[in-house]
Amino acid sequence: MALLTISSPHAHDHSSVSRVMLHVCLALVPATALGFYLFGLPAILMFLLTVGSAILWESVCLKLMGRSQSRLWDGSAMLTGWLLALSLPPWAPWWLALGGTFVAIVIGKQLYGGLGQNIFNPAMLARVALLISFPLQMTTWALPLDSFTDVGIGQSFSIIFGGAPLADGMTGATALGHLKTELSTGADAQQVLAESFSASRAILGTTGGSLGETSALLLLLGGAWLLIMRIISWHIPVSMMASVVIMAAIFHWIDPSRYGGGIFHLLSGGMVLGAFFIATDLVTSPSSKSGQLVFGAGCGIVDFIIRTWGGFPEGMGFAVLFMNALTPLIDLYFKPRVYGRRIDGTPKRYAKE
Amino acid sequence: MWFSAFRGGVHPDGFKELSSQLPIKTLPLPKELRVSLRQHAGSEAIPVVKAGERVLKGQLIGRPGEGLSAAVHAPTSGIVTAVEEVLAAHPSGIHSKAVVIEVDGKDEAIPTVATLDPFTMDRAELAQRVSEAGIVGMGGAAFPAAVKLSAATRSKDGIETLMINGGECEPYLTADDRLMRERADQIILGARLIQYIINAGRIAIAIEDNKGEAIEAMRAAAKPYSDIEVVVVPTRYPMGSAKQMIQAVTGKEVPAGGRSSDVGVLMHNVATAYAIAQCLTRGEPLISRIVTISGGAVKRPQNVEALIGTPISHLVEQCGGTSDTPDRIILGGPMMGVIMPSTDVPLNKGSAGVLALNKREVAAPAASPCIRCARCVDACPMGLVPLEMANHARAQDFDGANDYGLKDCILCGSCAYVCPSHIPLVHYFQYAKGEQSAQKATAKRSDYTRELSDAKRERKEKEAAAKAAAKAAKRKPKPAKKAVAEEEDE
Repeated sequence: MALLTISSPHAHDHSSVSRVMLHVCLALVPATALGFYLFGLPAILMFLLTVGSAILWESVCLKLMGRSQSRLWDGSAMLTGWLLALSLPPWAPWWLALGGTFVAIVIGKQLYGGLGQNIFNPAMLARVALLISFPLQMTTWALPLDSFTDVGIGQSFSIIFGGAPLADGMTGATALGHLKTELSTGADAQQVLAESFSASRAILGTTGGSLGETSALLLLLGGAWLLIMRIISWHIPVSMMASVVIMAAIFHWIDPSRYGGGIFHLLSGGMVLGAFFIATDLVTSPSSKSGQLVFGAGCGIVDFIIRTWGGFPEGMGFAVLFMNALTPLIDLYFKPRVYGRRIDGTPKRYAKE
Repeated sequence: MWFSAFRGGVHPDGFKELSSQLPIKTLPLPKELRVSLRQHAGSEAIPVVKAGERVLKGQLIGRPGEGLSAAVHAPTSGIVTAVEEVLAAHPSGIHSKAVVIEVDGKDEAIPTVATLDPFTMDRAELAQRVSEAGIVGMGGAAFPAAVKLSAATRSKDGIETLMINGGECEPYLTADDRLMRERADQIILGARLIQYIINAGRIAIAIEDNKGEAIEAMRAAAKPYSDIEVVVVPTRYPMGSAKQMIQAVTGKEVPAGGRSSDVGVLMHNVATAYAIAQCLTRGEPLISRIVTISGGAVKRPQNVEALIGTPISHLVEQCGGTSDTPDRIILGGPMMGVIMPSTDVPLNKGSAGVLALNKREVAAPAASPCIRCARCVDACPMGLVPLEMANHARAQDFDGANDYGLKDCILCGSCAYVCPSHIPLVHYFQYAKGEQSAQKATAKRSDYTRELSDAKRERKEKEAAAKAAAKAAKRKPKPAKKAVAEEEDE
């Protein structure tokens, strides 16, 4: 027998990276399916284009870097494409999808060294890059269709590939966007929200928005799956949502005519999607539980600040990227307490009895 | 009763049912024994027998080496055919010195001295006997038991709790389980003897809750003694690690860099307690142990009572041999055991298991990049950050690895067990630990060399100066420098 230098352990729990990625995709299925149902064939086309191009870019990069194509099977490129698709307007044109996945996979991930090496969440990096570069296309929200068959195959292709302008009746603003616009004209927040925001619709998801962010309920279902499968822990989602709700509640209490309430902020925009699927990105979030609490709270606070006082109606992507940048610092200062040591690292001492 | 379990840990599949239902089997004598002189923590034992000599069962064949060491005895009678380097029970395939005995089959023992009731004897005398019997920690560390006993008697605050470790948290291993089921009385006796030697206030016997029959048997054996408590602890790896078990039973943590006695605890394995009872009541040195022969590639997994020095190939043969080609032969359990270069290696005092694992059980595909999922952080029972430790170790940044807790790492392997990227984390840690101790040794050696050369130069200078002075006194003005230069050429 050859001289082997293999260290223990000689057993494994049979987990794998692809299994982790596939579970996250699986958790996204309900919200994605609802998106398909609400926004019809163009949305399915856009989704396939985004996921497909993400895998394509990944394959090209692996080829250029001389790495094995078998790494495609880890599922990470599919997941990045999937998450980006869910955070794009449902009827985004083809070049937005392809350009987005190029930024996500090539610039956001592979240029950093590939899987596990990137500092920023690739999907959010792409979304933010697109939002800044193409604000119009990125905020043209298709409204839910009355019936799935309202838009046929031919029309779907012309919407995604042909750049056909969308009829006025087919698009609308998100609740967050609408509130921001109205507030700038001096309207009362309570009145605006009473007309434009419905909590029950936001929970079910029958509202305008990105492809996969609309239904809080289905996203929670997916999030619960991730928690049960122990892919993520509760720390980031809970601290993130709690910080937004608390901030919103405080400001709403101070001046309800200018600030939306806690429930509105929790159920609007990409909050639930972000809390369970974006901020919890394993690669770009802190590794200790205390660090995750800080990270989640930071995401929530920054998002609330951007939504309320920033130039964009939704700040989820910015907030996550901002906290991604702080992750190495958080990791440095928030480590678990070591057995037999105090939190400051000095050995524990017990008082003599 | 337990106040709190410990942080992290994992729940590996037990595979204990493979071997836990069959009674301990005593093996026929093997043809040859290779009794290693280095099978304990510390220095190699010094052989006291020569090739050609006949030895009897229980006869001293290796006396303890310098410093920390342990005695080694002949497990049965026979002729010493050689005292030579044999393939050691070490993954690297190195050889180490062993006494090779051709077994004569008579199993003739040296006469044992009739012992008094040990509880009436002097404590130091009893500790001395444990030392002479070559008893070491049988849970795996193989630390000389008597050293722990004497340290405990010297501990200034005394030992409040003697803990007997019946955790046996490693998958597959059931040797302690069977020992507790079948020989509970002797374990309790051994525990009471240790308690007597170190003057401990109470005895806590900690057993994982997956060993119901062992718990029953130990409870029954402990019943007459009000100061012995059988503590049932949850089944979670690495419960059998001293630090984690102390935390689970007492709620206290052994301070970093400290010892169990800092929290008033001394811990011994159940098999060690059993060996101590055998030694102090019957005068028997440590020449055999219970070992689990198991794994998916073993035909009839079972616990056997085997002589120290038995080639593990003989042990596996006695259990029906291997059914398919084993992927790995492991000495110890799958979580912390070491891979063996061959089945030619001998059984040691600290080996609780011999496992022949097939490919599916090992489940070791190639490593892929770390996705920073932090499952290793959650699994670490010590509160360390394994992913960062491995990153720094790989970059040769050992100080960085230390910052993330390398020095506190107990190498339990929980992190690597859960790693979805199959990164051999423990391998990095062992590498970093090894490199650091090698660096330390080199630094120590070069310090020593420098000291020596400094001392030498000083001496030479003094001598030269003295010579020059003498010469000057004789008015023969020759420069002293030349003398120094000449001598430096030595």
